[in-house]
Amino acid sequence: MSDTDQTMAVLTTQDGVPLKVSIRRALRAQKIRALLLVAPLFLFILLSFVAPIADMLFRSVENDIVPNTLPQTVVAIELWDENSGELPGEDVYAALAADLQVATKSKTHTRVGSRLNYEKPGTSSLFRKTGRRVNKFEDGNYKEQFLKADKKWGDVEYWQVIKRFSSPLTGGYFLAASDAERTADGVQLKAEDERIYLLLFGRTLMLSITITASCILLGYPIAWLLASLPLRSSNLLMILVLLPFWTSLLVRTSAWKVLLQQQGVINDTLVWLGIVGDESRLALINNQTGTIIAMTHILLPFMILPLFSVMKTISPTYMRAAKSMGATDWYAFWRVYFPQTIPGIGAGSILVFILSIGYYITPELVGGTSGIFISNRIAYHISSSLNWGLAAALGVMLLVLVMTLYWLYDRIVGIDNVKLG
Amino acid sequence: MTTERGASVKFDKVQKSYDGEVLVVKDLNLDIEKGEFLTMLGPSGSGKTTCLMMLAGFEPASHGEIYLNEKPINNVPPHKRGVGMVFQNYALFPHMTVAENLAFPLQVRNMGKAEQEAKVKRALEMVELPQFGSRRPAQLSGGQQQRVAVARALVFDPDLILMDEPLGALDKQLREQMQYEIKHIHENLGVTVVYVTHDQTEALTMSDRVAVFNDGVIQQLSPPDELYETPQNSFVAQFIGENNKLNGTVTAINGNICDVKLADGTMMKADKVNVAAVGDATTLSLRPERVEIIVADGMENSITGHIEELIYLGDHIRVRMSVAGNPEFVVKVRNRAGEQKLAEGQDIKIGWFASDCKALDPVG
Repeated sequence: MSDTDQTMAVLTTQDGVPLKVSIRRALRAQKIRALLLVAPLFLFILLSFVAPIADMLFRSVENDIVPNTLPQTVVAIELWDENSGELPGEDVYAALAADLQVATKSKTHTRVGSRLNYEKPGTSSLFRKTGRRVNKFEDGNYKEQFLKADKKWGDVEYWQVIKRFSSPLTGGYFLAASDAERTADGVQLKAEDERIYLLLFGRTLMLSITITASCILLGYPIAWLLASLPLRSSNLLMILVLLPFWTSLLVRTSAWKVLLQQQGVINDTLVWLGIVGDESRLALINNQTGTIIAMTHILLPFMILPLFSVMKTISPTYMRAAKSMGATDWYAFWRVYFPQTIPGIGAGSILVFILSIGYYITPELVGGTSGIFISNRIAYHISSSLNWGLAAALGVMLLVLVMTLYWLYDRIVGIDNVKLG
Repeated sequence: MTTERGASVKFDKVQKSYDGEVLVVKDLNLDIEKGEFLTMLGPSGSGKTTCLMMLAGFEPASHGEIYLNEKPINNVPPHKRGVGMVFQNYALFPHMTVAENLAFPLQVRNMGKAEQEAKVKRALEMVELPQFGSRRPAQLSGGQQQRVAVARALVFDPDLILMDEPLGALDKQLREQMQYEIKHIHENLGVTVVYVTHDQTEALTMSDRVAVFNDGVIQQLSPPDELYETPQNSFVAQFIGENNKLNGTVTAINGNICDVKLADGTMMKADKVNVAAVGDATTLSLRPERVEIIVADGMENSITGHIEELIYLGDHIRVRMSVAGNPEFVVKVRNRAGEQKLAEGQDIKIGWFASDCKALDPVG
């Protein structure tokens, strides 16, 4: 008995090598070959997707421009108590002068200025102006010379900003992205009328949910038709469903502009039919309605296809069985057919919701001001205001939001309930 | 829940076409009695399943009327017909447990919770699966799913049960066992069962009467033994059981017996079933087990055959021989001690009674 137990413990090959080692050796070549096959794609993804995104996300907390450009100032200001209400000492002014003299040679002082300008407007011009004078400063009595160059150097607030953002990492972007600011009393939400990002996040969520819901409502009957029609007609219908995929997104969105505007086709038709008066034409574009209509249309295939592939697998005999047992059409649908399509609804909803929550181009074109999403704001910070740190912070928040919702979905519905076909 | 249940069904001049060009069911007239087990048997495409679907209400009849308990039901939707149905692939709802599946027809009828539970329990006991109520259909074997499907069709006490090839997906052994179980359930409950199959063994073992379908027409409607022993035409003779064919011409008719001249000139006496007049072509039908290799006294027919092949099957030996130009003539020889030794290539004399040999309509 104990004899067999021991041989069971470590099975060996005929040569005495442990069997597991032998198996691993035999499979190593296979594993290496498999790894080599995916290696090009893996490297491509790593370099073109993972690395840039990681770098971008890191920018949401990165602040090394301040300590890098103003190294002496950062050290000197450490000892100054920013809540004392007094200006820092002569040593800090001296350090700043030395730093700026170095920085003006490589013109990096303007970049620090722009960086700090996000936190305290006016800093950019202050640094620019001082940069022009600092090389003419004489040794000693720097405080006076600074104040002569620009009176703002006598304002404690500018020094507070420099001190607050002197460390290489900062949470400032995240505070700004969540409409908060750091005041003397600690972190607080901004005044109601200055809040923008929370509102945008909320609107993005609400509109995405609305779009997902209307995709379900519109897509379900079509998917059912696709799954139950004979092959010839369902193929034709499938081409119609896929047709939008083969047209440019811009063309489709622009088409909606033509249709939805006040003098557009829909309004003209309604007026012509007398349903709407000429003076009270509907505002269908450059608002949330426009965004919902256009995005529902664009994302509809992503709902129909998973629904269709799930419905295709549901045998029509289930409905017949239900009816043979006395169920009416509606009862049979609701109790027998519908529950079996829930995995398809789940898959379609996740696709549509996640796509729409990060959508940019359509809200930009038809959303006006009330119909834009958080992604439009991110794009604005990337390309217009050049506040990449804030854009990155907003991006991180969006990513976390999506992941949280995904996690919630998994907890409530179960991700293995999702079926794409 | 025994006796005096069951519904009568009547097909009256029913025709069915899907495309307006081909009749799938041609002029069907059929009376099914209360409590009867009737099987619709036929090859695929013979119209048997269509008939069942018309009876269930899933397909409208193109012409004619179907009566359930003497009431016409052409315009009654399926859910109001109160007919239990067992489908080919069971059609158990995959998202419900076995108990929920069984409770479905009861919920539809707004039955009380307690009554539902009692009925579900009784139905599960009837099919010997009392422990399986909380399982999902996917967790059951094929045979268990089959039983659940039967229980579900019975649980709301319908008077008529339709079964559409319910045993088609089971292996041979399980199929035989289920045949007996379904038959016993039918005997115990006394409901009317209309059963569709293409498997003749199934039809013969279970049914009170079998309707053999071909080409949209009932070829013969008889109890199983009659179907096997006195087929009315060549199709039925071919379709049910094994059959030897000998082609010939009728030369004389004497009452129930006719003389037939085979292609090679041999004269045979046969039971006149489906021939009209002297000079008609005919196909003689003969069961392999009714042919003897020792020609007994009183056998009207005997002929010499050439043994082509011997297949040993234990209880009997299957002898394939050439007889009167037919190389597929099969004789079943019982495996008995002292039986004469057969060898391939040998010529032997075989014989049979005229009453076992049916003169039917000619085929190929």
